[in-house]
Amino acid sequence: MIGVLDLGIGNIENVRRAVDGIIVKDSYGIERTEKLIFPGVGNFGEIAERVKELKPSLLDFIGDGKPFLGICLGLHYLFKGSEEQPEARGLNVFPGKVVAFGKKGIPHIGWNQIFIRKEHPLLQGIENGSYFYFVHSYYVKEVPDDYILAETEHLTENIATRFPSAVAMDSIYGVQFHPEKSGKVGLRLLKNFRRL
Amino acid sequence: MLARRIIAALDIKDGRVVKGVRFQNMRDAGDPVELAVKYEEEGVDEIVFLDITASYEKRSILINVVKRVADVLSIPFTVGGGIRSVEEVKALIKRGADKVFVNTAAVENPELIREIARVIGTANLVVAIDAKHNGSYWEVHTHGGRMARSIDALQWARRVQELGAGEILLTSMDTDGTKEGFDIPLLREVVKRVDIPIIASGGAGSPRHFYEAFKAGASAALAASIFHRGEYRIDEIKKYLKRKGVPVRLER
Repeated sequence: MIGVLDLGIGNIENVRRAVDGIIVKDSYGIERTEKLIFPGVGNFGEIAERVKELKPSLLDFIGDGKPFLGICLGLHYLFKGSEEQPEARGLNVFPGKVVAFGKKGIPHIGWNQIFIRKEHPLLQGIENGSYFYFVHSYYVKEVPDDYILAETEHLTENIATRFPSAVAMDSIYGVQFHPEKSGKVGLRLLKNFRRL
Repeated sequence: MLARRIIAALDIKDGRVVKGVRFQNMRDAGDPVELAVKYEEEGVDEIVFLDITASYEKRSILINVVKRVADVLSIPFTVGGGIRSVEEVKALIKRGADKVFVNTAAVENPELIREIARVIGTANLVVAIDAKHNGSYWEVHTHGGRMARSIDALQWARRVQELGAGEILLTSMDTDGTKEGFDIPLLREVVKRVDIPIIASGGAGSPRHFYEAFKAGASAALAASIFHRGEYRIDEIKKYLKRKGVPVRLER
């Protein structure tokens, strides 16, 4: 069974429906599932605070090698921390860091393309250059090349920033875009995760 | 590169989609969830729901619609119409709206923009501006276009950006309903003055009109009646735009 972590921020029913999973809210729920999706919305500090009690269960889950997919802030939470809230701590299971676009953290909002860097079952059936829906002001960088599945480019202050938009390391997966808001290709990615 | 967006607008009254011209001759046009799903299948990039329910007491009906839409839709959607407080915004976002828009309440209390942006983030807040040229300037209107406010729309656009709007939904009351194209002069003037994305609205009647709006600097273009009446399919318009060199999202 695939679990979708509900932290009480926003509606995650469409993610649950896409993977035909169950909503998970506590440690018991996390332990029971074979795969877990962490759809992050809000800001890094808020997420870190809300998920605090579940952190040991999440680390066990990942440590057991069970597939884990972080979406947007859920991706950021895989890292040690984020410039968004420097004193808050993430899971620290993925190498790299989370930084702001430009000086002010100019949001990257809308449909943008992903450029596939590595063949992977998570991206099976998804064409190079497909559009996904993004809403974020911070992005991940210094991720080792081996773990980058796809990249995306965002123009801010006339500077193009190329950042990893899909990453994978062992059984840990993360996407910067929102597959649950990306129409057919997004649903395809979620179904791919389900099949992994 | 970010795709230019095509947005379909649905007017909601008492939980149903209604069609009409400028709030008149309203007819029931179906279930909002069914229509939203149909547009998603046609490749629309976003849907905007405008609640025109008169009474505040019926707000719960809208909240319920938002929940039902969020449960099934896999593209982003925006909700607005009569929003007056941060509490209403929170309720809509919690049920699954991706963004909200404010209009009248923002004109009456500009600080509301700042307050909402603080709670849900700039990226999720759209400020709608209804403008009509009064002979000397584009004047801001509120209350669904019924009240002129003696405010210059170009200055107001700058102001809402400073206060924390993430996008502007710019409706020209001069072109709205004409099907003769978006208000390009107004659009150009606003684009020149702000950095945030502009959604052009009012006047779409053919694929060429969308092209003109994007060429004038709009990040997105919104239409209602040409989609409702089935005059043009969304994917048809997008294919046309792609041929003209506009970056659009086309599903295969």
